[in-house]
Amino acid sequence: MLEASDVVKTYGAVKALQGASLSVRRGEVHALLGANGAGKSTLVKILTGAIRPDSGHIVVRGEPRTVHSPAEARRAGLVSVYQEPALIPDLDVISNLRMTQTPTDAFMHWVGELGMERLDPYEMVRDLPLAVLRIMDLARALAFEPDVVLLDEMTAALPADLAEHVLEVVGRQRETGRSVIFISHRLLEVKALCDRATVLRDGETVGVVEMGPTAEEEIVELMLGASTEDEIAVHERVVGTPAAGTARDEGTETAEEETARRPRLAMRDLASGTRLKDVTFELYPGEVLGLVALEGQGQDELFDILSGAAKPSGGSLQVEGQDVRFGHPADAIAAGLVYVPGDRAEALLMQRSVRENIALPTSAPVRRWGPIRMATEQSVVQRAIEKLQIDTRAQGEVRRLSGGNQQKVTIARWIAEGVETLLCFDPTRGIDIRTKRQIYHLLRELADGGAAVLLYTSELEEVQLACDRVVVIFNGSVVAQMDAAIADEPRLMRAAYGLDPIESDEAAPAPSLPGTGVAS
Amino acid sequence: MSTVTPTANGFGSSSIGASASRFARRNAWVLALWGLLGLLLVFTIVIKPGWGAPQLTILAIAALPYAFATAAQTMAVLVGGIDLSVAAMMTFTSVTAAVLMEGQSEEFGVVAVALILLMGLGLGAINGLSIVLTRVPDIVVTLAFFFIWEGAALMVLDSPGGSAAVWLRELIIGPVGGFVVPTEIGQWLPKALLLLVVALGAVWIPVKRSRVGLSIYAVGSDKLAAFRSGVPVNRTRIVAYALTGLFAAMGGLVLTMNTGIGTPIQGPYLLASVAAVVLGGVSLAGGKGGLVGPIVGVFILRLARQDLTLMSIDPNVAQVTEGLIMVGVVLIGALVAMRSRS
Repeated sequence: MLEASDVVKTYGAVKALQGASLSVRRGEVHALLGANGAGKSTLVKILTGAIRPDSGHIVVRGEPRTVHSPAEARRAGLVSVYQEPALIPDLDVISNLRMTQTPTDAFMHWVGELGMERLDPYEMVRDLPLAVLRIMDLARALAFEPDVVLLDEMTAALPADLAEHVLEVVGRQRETGRSVIFISHRLLEVKALCDRATVLRDGETVGVVEMGPTAEEEIVELMLGASTEDEIAVHERVVGTPAAGTARDEGTETAEEETARRPRLAMRDLASGTRLKDVTFELYPGEVLGLVALEGQGQDELFDILSGAAKPSGGSLQVEGQDVRFGHPADAIAAGLVYVPGDRAEALLMQRSVRENIALPTSAPVRRWGPIRMATEQSVVQRAIEKLQIDTRAQGEVRRLSGGNQQKVTIARWIAEGVETLLCFDPTRGIDIRTKRQIYHLLRELADGGAAVLLYTSELEEVQLACDRVVVIFNGSVVAQMDAAIADEPRLMRAAYGLDPIESDEAAPAPSLPGTGVAS
Repeated sequence: MSTVTPTANGFGSSSIGASASRFARRNAWVLALWGLLGLLLVFTIVIKPGWGAPQLTILAIAALPYAFATAAQTMAVLVGGIDLSVAAMMTFTSVTAAVLMEGQSEEFGVVAVALILLMGLGLGAINGLSIVLTRVPDIVVTLAFFFIWEGAALMVLDSPGGSAAVWLRELIIGPVGGFVVPTEIGQWLPKALLLLVVALGAVWIPVKRSRVGLSIYAVGSDKLAAFRSGVPVNRTRIVAYALTGLFAAMGGLVLTMNTGIGTPIQGPYLLASVAAVVLGGVSLAGGKGGLVGPIVGVFILRLARQDLTLMSIDPNVAQVTEGLIMVGVVLIGALVAMRSRS
């Protein structure tokens, strides 16, 4: 159906792709995998016509094709769903459809199939949440009845219920002979959904894996190339082996020791508008506390309050036993609460250097607006870069770094001068497993050094990989708190949906359940 | 059973009440501007009891070039750009029209008008093409053309001169009167206003209802998303700038109609057009707003200026007051929008 062979693309001295190839059969769900920087996004851009390859052949349905724009790719039968929705924020849904000449009935059909029957076509795109936009983007792509659909991290940023619908609908595309190219960092998903997987490393296709019982190990091996035993061991945990890792055991011990101590951060009945109702939990120094919630259960509002971007409408917040009210993020930072937002673009000065980005918090307070002590700044920045192993080849402008490295910079800026309380909102979204592992490791190190870390995650397996305890929020309230050791995915999932745990004996002291909020 | 469906989805998608309330919500800013214009009219009649149809006609004629300049600017701003050469294009087309019609027959006026409109499209397209090809920011390219079109105008006519067909000049003078509508209504309807509505409507309504119009909004709103949706981004930008040129040429013709000659000196239309665009609820970031708001904005600004004169306020103070009114209105609008959102 689609054949790409020997695709080469260089940016100056950097070889983004050197002999990448991809072959997708008719009616196949084909995974395209690789660590960040392996060349996936470059290959995607070439397939969809956003950039032109230096050399190589692309054949669609037996016809050689060179596409120069997404519009041309669409005419050639290839439609993509990008990570950022390709919908116009200032037009309503129906105008978006009209602009792209999308068959409306087919669109509404797929929107329904994907579990969103209640979509109002006159709603402004700007007013819709990200998850809805991604679903709409997928529905629009399917409405074109393309030969090949390309899905880039389709399930990232989707709550579990919608992700399920998406996987089910994508799987069904086989029946109509449609091919799907599926890009994902979630290997479990890939294994469950895809028929084959093409693995890229350093701009080259290093293998094609048929899905079978050992596929995960094969894929990880291919993605990593030559790597140490230790790394492979950790990666196996990342892909979901439920065996207990050493880091977590240590973590549980520390947590027990710390419980007696004073919490770094205590929330009492924290509320904000209608989204956040009454959130009460504590964050202790020396722990990594996981936070799990489906999309839109109040976690955004909670992080806004904790980071000083919004004021709570009720309840109280204590730092080190003192009541605080933040009027500005600077207040939160002064109180030691620093925030790594989910959207990297929110935190970084994209056109400035890595160094300036990391040093910014140091020179932000007005009293430090005088001359910068270059030597000191340099050494602080250098330490942070080394600690996080940031790839500094393109450090002149942050926007030229890969997503994983950008994420490291957002964390590095806060740890450069030491951190007391780190608030992370889905810091590993859309980045490769090697960088993810480094981030887990770093969070653990920070916690061991006495910092308190709050980690919201949309990937449930991260709880057992990185956290000591976990708090689950549903419908604006805390519905469960438990040790990470017992927080396996099914249990977290039930809690996140607001369901009672099946067996509550092991669960940590259960907070009062808001028994009514379950019927949405 | 989706947990993410937005709560604002409570209303049905087709009931009349819902669509009316949606219309009010989407056009709240423009409706408020109409209200403000109404208040200003009442205020004018209060401070100057004799104010009536003749004064309205004068106001309409005075506002006409500002209105076309604003319509032109709106196109550039909607597509996410800005056009600093609007007033220069008006001057260039105005003197060209005056020179073309000098010593020619009345009938030739029709040909001249057609040529000038085509010329406007061409000038605008050159602006757009230069922006797209050079990839230099809109504001820089159009600043360059501000000087180029001004210079070209001086080359066509180095001092005020030329002439205009008589029928053309009469097109904006006086009220519609007993033509088509009863005289009682007709005297309140200046010809200039009718010309404005017809000229803008004839271009903008078909454009807005086509995919080109949607594409202009799309490119102004989010270039990358538009590109990925298959919108030809560069072509759309050129079209939008060509429309800017077209409206600027209409403005140029109006200048010639108004004075009967061509004057190679730019009027104060550039900054006034940006002011009216902002007041009219068009986002300078692009993609948001329409044409009605800015045009109502023009009349608000003109009428406010006239009222300040009627109140015999020192012109310098009036200038400051005008600026304060603009900032005040936009500020209040932003505050109301923020309040209603939370």
